[in-house]
Amino acid sequence: MGLDIRLPLGYVFVILGVILTAYGAATWNSAIYAISMGININLVWGLTMLLAGGVTLIVAKRK
Amino acid sequence: MHLSWVDWLIMLVYFVFVLGIGFALKRYMRTSNDFFLAGRALPAWVCGLAFISANLGAQEVIGMGASGAKYGIITSHFYWIGAIPAMLFVGLFMMPFYYGSKARSVPEYLRMRYDEKTRAVNAFSFAIMTVFSSGISMYAMALLIQTLGLLHGIVPEAWIFHVSVVISAVIVLGYIFLGGLTSAIYNEVLQFFLIVAGFLPLVWIGLRNVGGWEGIKRTLPAEMTHSWHGIAHANTNTLGVEVVGLVMGLGFVLSFGYWCTDFLVIQRAMAAESYDSARRVPIIAAIPKMFFPFLVILPGLIAVSVTAHAMGGGSPHGIIPAKIDPLSGHAVLGTDGQPVWNYDLAIPVMLLHFFPTGILGLGLTALLASFMSGMAGNVTAFNTVWTYDIYQSYIKKNASDAHYLWMGRVATVGGVLLSIAAAYAATSFNNIMDALQLVFSMVNAPLFATFLLGMFWKRTTGHAAFTGLISGTAAAMLHHGLTLPSDAVTGLHGGWIHVVHIYPSDMAQNFWTAIFAFGVNFIVTIVVSLVTKPKPESELIGLVYSLTPKVPELHLPWWKKPWTLAVGVGIVVAILNFVFA
Repeated sequence: MGLDIRLPLGYVFVILGVILTAYGAATWNSAIYAISMGININLVWGLTMLLAGGVTLIVAKRK
Repeated sequence: MHLSWVDWLIMLVYFVFVLGIGFALKRYMRTSNDFFLAGRALPAWVCGLAFISANLGAQEVIGMGASGAKYGIITSHFYWIGAIPAMLFVGLFMMPFYYGSKARSVPEYLRMRYDEKTRAVNAFSFAIMTVFSSGISMYAMALLIQTLGLLHGIVPEAWIFHVSVVISAVIVLGYIFLGGLTSAIYNEVLQFFLIVAGFLPLVWIGLRNVGGWEGIKRTLPAEMTHSWHGIAHANTNTLGVEVVGLVMGLGFVLSFGYWCTDFLVIQRAMAAESYDSARRVPIIAAIPKMFFPFLVILPGLIAVSVTAHAMGGGSPHGIIPAKIDPLSGHAVLGTDGQPVWNYDLAIPVMLLHFFPTGILGLGLTALLASFMSGMAGNVTAFNTVWTYDIYQSYIKKNASDAHYLWMGRVATVGGVLLSIAAAYAATSFNNIMDALQLVFSMVNAPLFATFLLGMFWKRTTGHAAFTGLISGTAAAMLHHGLTLPSDAVTGLHGGWIHVVHIYPSDMAQNFWTAIFAFGVNFIVTIVVSLVTKPKPESELIGLVYSLTPKVPELHLPWWKKPWTLAVGVGIVVAILNFVFA
């Protein structure tokens, strides 16, 4: 069906990953992470999503 | 609730992609086949994820979180007993007939197998039910946005509910109107991954807070952390259902009635690119489905295990807030004088409790996405059944394909408008799950007997199927009117004819309503079949098991064979049941 779903999927994850990672880096050691058990969840999860999105895009574009 | 710009940015990115997918697909919508059936051209894994995502609406994310908080890990029976076996069955045994017959919808299969009147009963009842379900999703979402104060300070307080309904309606309408079923399916896949991405870190942080699964087991009573604890008797487990009602009612009748006959999910499998793919769709769907309790039920358990706030007597409620009467603004008190806990807020309060700004936007996006796909799934099923099974069959028979494509778009608008009406009419049930189960048990429960006999007994006749369906639904209503859950008053909860039996819980009553409906339909269909004239065998090829040639699977590698996948899923589910027993 014309559009490969993996492309929008990969882009969403990369874009959201970049937003979260950047925000996490900008709020390094901020008090907002008290509620997430002291973990900079924005940075950790942003990088995870970035990686997942990147892999999806590479796989989708390889063929 | 305070949201910062980054939370809004994340939600905005999601909505841009949702509508973007619709626009990108618009140019591929040339025929009604493209619009209603996604051109039957999608890979199995895409349809498989859409298969579970379409069902992942309000009833699942909010309802399962609520049940997890209220009843405990026993809620996983809704997955491991109440979904997986039926999903494997429909893939292995029923998709060959749905896909192979080239029927464009489930009601259309009934017309091919039986007759016009059986199709009509199914088409009309299904159309009404989808609109109702879609409306419930919309209502639940608007209520949640209002309760969380998501639009607080942006929109006047009194308008929040209406604005939420309109925004969600416009977005869902937009992407289905543009890209039809393909757009709905693509968005369901996107939504599936967003739910995982949004809830996985929630479970991770939450588990760290409560000391992992072991910590939950130490905090909560044993019956909340063991799925088979006290299941032999209704009074010794938290669900209030005994094992026969659970396995027969939920595991067989309700679950098979839903996963094997509901066009909302079957439509996703029908969109697959080939016969083999169509069979694999529900089985592939079962793989993530069996792990979903950890994403949607576990947050509920964590919410009641966060002990810092669990002071006072009664059942553990952790961070679950008390239910507030919207009229008086005071907490609702139960008959024992204790506050009534608003379990439906289990997952939303978990997000607020553990997520700082940033990832909070992602969590809320996941939540909104689930509501939207719940709506969209129903709307795409509605527009197809309306156009093919009602409009083309009874209103305008021999129009051009372009006309039916146009009608599909009109039906999409109509379906969304009716959903809005249903959202405003949504009732005041305290648990969305119970309300939906009630509707399912009346309409869906007898249905599976009709399909089971139709697909596996060539003697079954159209008159029998029709009579059986009507009798089954009548039996459901009669049973509901004659019985009552122990803690309810007569009326909407049952007993409106005369109370002859009291069930220990409304869930037990629902399960038994389903068992009676199925049983009556099964028996009536067999009896009437024996005294009416069956269709000639030549007309039933491809529609009935014994008259359909088996398609060999030799061309598939072993790991792609439906049976291999199904056995694998079965083993893992058995292990999960064992671990959490």
